[in-house]
Amino acid sequence: MGNHHETFPWKHIIGFILSLVLTFVALWVALSSGLATKVILVVIVTLAIVQAALQLFMFMHMTESDSGKIQTINMVYSFFIAAVVVAGSIWTMAFVL
Amino acid sequence: MAEAAHHYDEKMPLEYRTEESRLNILGFWIFLGAEVALFATLFATYLVLFQRTGNGPTAEELFQVKGVMIETILLLTSSFTCGLAVFEMRRGRLTGLLTWLLVTLLLGAGFITFEVREFIDYVHEGATMQTSAFLSSFFVLVGTHGAHVSVGIVWMILIMIQLLQRGLTPRTARKVFIVSLYWHFLDVVWIFIFTLVYLTGMVI
Repeated sequence: MGNHHETFPWKHIIGFILSLVLTFVALWVALSSGLATKVILVVIVTLAIVQAALQLFMFMHMTESDSGKIQTINMVYSFFIAAVVVAGSIWTMAFVL
Repeated sequence: MAEAAHHYDEKMPLEYRTEESRLNILGFWIFLGAEVALFATLFATYLVLFQRTGNGPTAEELFQVKGVMIETILLLTSSFTCGLAVFEMRRGRLTGLLTWLLVTLLLGAGFITFEVREFIDYVHEGATMQTSAFLSSFFVLVGTHGAHVSVGIVWMILIMIQLLQRGLTPRTARKVFIVSLYWHFLDVVWIFIFTLVYLTGMVI
């Protein structure tokens, strides 16, 4: 486990470059792509989720150690709660505002 | 990974060598799950209220691409250098570890500097916490993240002092690993602030 056999941090460098690419693609889609607002929102949120997953797997080593599975289930569940809280609040308040 | 699961030998990274350390690291992951729930409530509040701008400026009028991108790149790079710090630690290199931790916290301090400047600019433009529901929820969400980064900087400095005093031990290695989890997590939160607050604010 871990990357203690590697002598060069390839995983980190690839993760960093991918994160930068995802950030600038999201910026371009939002400001210069000219797509419909709804499409833009779906695309940039998807890009954010991909980048967050990248951080969790490539930088935080979420799946390593014998509690890797518990850690992963814990984070997946917390993101599920976050999605329910955020989407639920927006949906509920859409009837009020 | 699975085959090594029950062998806590010399091949494991230092931070996993003791039962206590393994439980500390697992416990910290559980804490991060709770942090996700905390930030979810702040995101929900912000996203429900961000079009309620009252007599104040709208998100589109307020946000500047340049400043946001500088903050984003600083924090993203600091997450990368924090990863390099753990990489060096796992190769047993104390100097490399300390160097990358120092770079990480300088980048973090740069991020905080730009964020504070951004907030001061907003206040000078008459956009304060009291101006509108949009700005109240904006300052609470982004400010809570900024406060977390500030805590992370102080925490990292304290661990660097311990590393200088005690060297690389299973205990200090575990502390470095946990602060690195915290730091990467703050970048994860920022990705969503960047997307749902700044980019969304400039689009809608």
